[in-house]
Parts: sequence; structure tokens; C-alpha cells
Amino acid sequence: MRHPGLIHQRDKADPDTLARLRARIAHIERIGGAQQVVCPLGAPVIDEALPWGGLPRGALHEIAGVAERDLAAQSFAAVLLGLLARENHGGHGGRPVLWIAPDEGPYAPALPGFGLDPAQVTVVRARRPADALWALEEAVRCPALAAVLAEGPRPDFAQSRRLQLAAGESGVTPLLLQPTLDPLPSSAAVTRWRVASAASAPDGPDAETVGPARWRLDLLRCRGGRPRHWLVEWNHETSCLKTYRLAVAADARDRPGRAPAVYNAA
Amino acid sequence: MAGVNQAARLLGIAPAMPLADARALVPGIDVHEAEPAGDAKTLAQLAGWCERYTPWAAVEAGTPPGSGGLWLDATGSAHLFGGEAALLDDLVRRLWRLGFAARAALADTPGAAWAWARFGDEDHPVLPPGNAKQALADLPVAALRLTPADVDTLDRLGLRRIGALYDLPRAPLTARLGSDVRRRLDQALSALAEPISPRRPAAPFTARLAFPEPVGLQADIEAALERLLAMLCARLEAAHLGARRIDFTIHRADGSFDTVGAGASRAGRDPRHLMRLLAPSLERLDPAGPDGHSGVEVAVLAFPVVAAFEAGQRAMPRTGAGNTHEGASALVLAPRPAHTAQGDPEIAALADRLAGRLGAANVRALGLRESHWPERAARSHALLDGPPPISAEPRNAPPRPLRLLARPEPVEVTGTPERPATFRWRRFAHEVARAEGPERIAPEWWLALGAPPSAARDYYRMEDRAGRRFWLFREAGATDARAGRWYLHGQFG
Repeated sequence: MRHPGLIHQRDKADPDTLARLRARIAHIERIGGAQQVVCPLGAPVIDEALPWGGLPRGALHEIAGVAERDLAAQSFAAVLLGLLARENHGGHGGRPVLWIAPDEGPYAPALPGFGLDPAQVTVVRARRPADALWALEEAVRCPALAAVLAEGPRPDFAQSRRLQLAAGESGVTPLLLQPTLDPLPSSAAVTRWRVASAASAPDGPDAETVGPARWRLDLLRCRGGRPRHWLVEWNHETSCLKTYRLAVAADARDRPGRAPAVYNAA
Repeated sequence: MAGVNQAARLLGIAPAMPLADARALVPGIDVHEAEPAGDAKTLAQLAGWCERYTPWAAVEAGTPPGSGGLWLDATGSAHLFGGEAALLDDLVRRLWRLGFAARAALADTPGAAWAWARFGDEDHPVLPPGNAKQALADLPVAALRLTPADVDTLDRLGLRRIGALYDLPRAPLTARLGSDVRRRLDQALSALAEPISPRRPAAPFTARLAFPEPVGLQADIEAALERLLAMLCARLEAAHLGARRIDFTIHRADGSFDTVGAGASRAGRDPRHLMRLLAPSLERLDPAGPDGHSGVEVAVLAFPVVAAFEAGQRAMPRTGAGNTHEGASALVLAPRPAHTAQGDPEIAALADRLAGRLGAANVRALGLRESHWPERAARSHALLDGPPPISAEPRNAPPRPLRLLARPEPVEVTGTPERPATFRWRRFAHEVARAEGPERIAPEWWLALGAPPSAARDYYRMEDRAGRRFWLFREAGATDARAGRWYLHGQFG
């Protein structure tokens, strides 16, 4: 409750209600379409914060990282890709996805940990950002795909608008991944996330072991919603996203000069 | 003298004449060093150029290389040029314009054509069908592609004309001269088949389009390609086939030619789809040629690789479970599950477009291999290479990193293997907050066959103070000098 975003309880209903209505209209308009319009993240706290009750399909989403050496953003993007590829919520298997990378792309044995069968992932190597953007635009127009993840391209506003329109038409969900925290150009994306690694919690009795991955997840921008922050934990065995509330307090481990933070289970 | 031009010939200079004799005959003669390698290269280029006439164009294997001629199988293509004589006329005239003095002849067999081109009547280059025996009778035996030794022997026997060989009994001839003379004679007189091996295998599906005037506009080339595609796709349809590989060649008036190609991940015969595949590379075709003044005279489209086309090959039902109705039994035979990229024509079309611009090797399907060794556990292959071998089932392994480095990178680790304190990777130090391991991974024994055997590795997951996770290993083994060295192999998210 200490976060400024949670203070205006009274105003909260209006934009959210509006957004929900909008999502419903969008849903009605696309009722003939084969696929679900919204893809829930499975973490109720996040799904409720999103005006659509989850991640809208057929819309452009941006995921930014904080540093080249931090793969939290890539992992979160892989989580979203896995969720979007799922046929029905909870069901295994699903539709094909494309992963556009400047290098070899993901390591296949890691993919099942994100709910993806390697056989449903096609990797496209595009060293130049312009090629990556072109590939993304081509892929977004292919309705057989569930989603496309592209690392590296930095579309300008007009290009992102084109992506957004194409996505709305085909129902394919494009995810733009920006590994580092360079200032992002303004874009027509529906949501923009920032993900950073966070210390994991002890797993089991031994406090030294490595627990499930935890990330600090910032919803920086959201059409019809407002910025939010969470601490999330991804369980690669159960493919489950769990949220923890972010609280401000002192933590001995943090270096001086940085805003210290500890996390309490929500 | 290796070769002489027409003017020198008129002055009485002939090939194989010593240079001194030639100088004595014509003191001011222009002499150049013979370049057999260059000749061979030019001849090969000309063979490519000749594909404007027929896909069956080959270089004669002469000794030395480059001293021979070119073979063209004009069967079925002469009518495109207004007859056999017109084809030869066109061929010689064009070669002349390119700076080559050529003699051409056309006959029932390669052997007869070889003889007639070199020793026959230049004004009547076409030997009518069935006329070879009569026409060759007066030619010298050298016209039979015999070795100089064989020609000498025949000369000593008084056999100087081909006609003199006709009525000789076979057995004594072979006994005296070996089988070569008899074989060459039979080849020339069509008693023995002699196939021409083309420069490259001729595609069974080939179509050509000649422009009345050389054209220089990209739009004209595209229009030609569209027409050729429509023609060949109709033929594919009749044969129940689809194209897996497309080659498009333009031949320019200056004799140069260029080929662009595209591959398709599944056999296709939709002209519009194939057009889209070729479209990105069409820009690379310059109608004006290297000197910028030429134009395109002939366009050739070929499908060198074709495969069975499954009509109405639609996406399989996307829900894996619901296809147990009647009539869906064919789907049971599908080798791949429905959710993979190979199962869907729309995705195949997308993959073709992506591969067309980014290269086939850059559109890859992923899979798993039954292996614990990290470098082998992942498999990826170009999607256009066709369906992959069945992927291994994902198994319940300890977590694997999202990114695996192309090769393990050495790192410095402080602390003990039980309690690593820091590691330094790519100049940055990471303080280890948590570590988990070791997970012992040994190379499968069959990988260790051959050299050099890899040591077993002890893998650790390490998390630094910021929560970033890395996959490190320490080489195990007591005897190896590298034992105990640390490497970073991957990164988790």
C-alpha cells in the first residue's frame, strides 16, 4: 500500500472499467476468430492489473532488459511465448512460434522449462536489426503462428504502428525484446515491460542452494492501465508464475547508495 | 603452333607447325603464348552460354583441356530457332559477334557431328538424317577422333579415308588396331550410343523464353518469369509434382548470363508463391549486364528438384485430440505432430520467404537429442532441409540455461569447489551468492572414440548477488592437466 500507484483507490475503477468494456467489444468483434483473445499469465495479481484480464493476443508487447548480462528479460519473454503458444489454458502442446535472434537463439533443452516443446519453435537468425524487423513483419502476417519473439529490432513509431495493425488483423502476437535498457523509442505497443534478475529465495532447507528464478517485473506502460511493479517467481517445473508484493525496507545485502528492497510473499 | 586463325591458315600456317617454320613463312607473324587453362575456362563459360539453346550443353574432354569443342544436344530445341540450319547459323553468328571463330555441324550422332564440324563442308553444316555414312566416307580417318598413333597405323595400311574402313571385317581390324578405331566408327555411324553428359544435370522441368529484341527493364524480366512460371507450373500439375528448387537464368546479348535460385521447404506449384520466393533475388539480376549496355535475350526457368505434391495439403487440425472421426484416418499417418512448423503450409510459405532473404541456413527448426552432453543435446537444422528426425522427448533433467555459449569460456573462480566465492567472466567479476552442484556429465563413450577425448565435467549453477544465474563447469579427471579448470558454459534467465 506504500506504492504511489495504489493510493488513488477511488479513481481506479473508471479507466479500468472503460478498458474492460473496450476489451469486451474487441472480443465480440472477433468472436468469429478461432482463438482466444486474451492470454492470462496465470498470476491473478498481474492478470487483474491488466485491463484485459491477461495479455491481449494480436497486439504488440515490448519487453526490455536492464543489462546485456542479465537474461531475465529473455526468460520472461520466453514465458510469455510459452503461454501464448498454449492451445488451451493448462493444456500441453500448442501452436508454432517463431524466435528471431541475432545469434544461435535459445538452447533447446531449456525450452521445456518455459512450457515450450522445441519442435514448435522455429529460430530465425537475423544479425542486422533491419533484417530482424523485416522478419518480424513477415511473421506477424502469418496467422498460423501463435506468437513471434524478436530480439533486437528497434522499430520507429510508424513501424511499430504497422506491426500493431498487422497483429490485430492476423491475431499473431508480436513480442519485441530489447536486451539492454537503452531508452526505447515511443511506440504503438500495447504494453511495455522491464525485467531484471532478483535474488532467489532459498530452496529447501539448505539456504545456499539456488531457488526458482525470480525477477523484478515492471509494467512500465499499459494502454488503459497504469504502471505496476511486482516480484515474480517462475517455476520451470510447474510452468507457474507466482507474484510477491514489492515492499520498501532495508536489506543488509544491498549496496549502499541504491534503493534497498526486500520482498514479502503476497 | 597450338592454334592459328583464319588469316594465318590462308598464308599456309597450320597447327603443330614449329614456330621457326611459321616465322620463315611469315616474318611478321603475331605470336602469343598458349594458355590451355584459360582456354578451358572460356570453353566452360561458353558451354554455360550455350544453355540458351538447350539444357544439354557439354564441354568435350580434350587433351590438353580446353583444346576440345562443345557438344550441344539440339533434340527438341531446333524448332525454337526455325530449324536446325537456322540454329547453327544463329550459334555461329553470335559466337562471331562475341569474338570467336567457330565451326558447327549437326548430325545424327555426336561422332558424325564432330567429324563434320572439323572436316566437313562448312556451307552445309547439317547432315540430313541417315546421311552420315555417305557423307563421312570421303573424310580423313582423323575425323573419327582417333589418337595420332592410330591415324599413323591406318595411314601405313593405306586406309586414309573413313569410307575405306566400312567394308573391313571387324575382327582383323580390332586385332590389328585395338577396339578404339572400331568403337569410334560405330559411334559416328550411330551403331553405338554415346550420351552427352551436360555441364550440369539438365532439369527435367525447363522452359525458355526468347525476346524478339534484347530487353533492359526489370519489369520485362518479371513478366517473362511470370509466363515461364505459369508454363512450368501447369506441367508440374499435370505430372502431380511440385518444385523444391527453382533456378532462373537470364542470357544477355553480350554473351554473359546470371542465375538466381530459391528453395522451397515443401514441393510447390503455385506460380504466385514461387514468384514470391524468387522476388527478393530478382533485384540481383541486372538486365544491362556488367558493362551496362547489354540487354536480355533469353530467359530460362528450371526446376532442378521436384517432389511429389500432395494436393490440398492443408493444415492438420490444430487440436491434437479431436481427429478421430471417420475420414480423418489419413491424418494418423502424419509423421509430425500438428503443432510443428513443418505441418503447416502457411508457415512453410513464411519459412521460404524468410530463407529467401536471410539464407536457408538461418531459418532453423529445433529439436532434442538423446544425449546428456550439452553440446549434443540440442539439435537444430535448416527448416528447408525437410522434416527433422523425430526429436527426443523432453525429459526431467535439471534446469538447463536459456543461452549456451558457442564454446565454454575459461573463467577464474576463487573459493573452493564446495563454496565458490567469486568468478570472473569476460573481465567482470561476479560475487557468488548461491551455488548448486556438482552435476557430473560425462561424454557418451561413442563420442570419446577418436580424438581427443573430452573429460567429464562437473556442472554448477551459480547465482550472483544481483540474482543472475550462470552455468559453470569444472573439468574432472585426475590425470588430465586441465583437470580442475573452470569454464562458463551458459546463462540462465
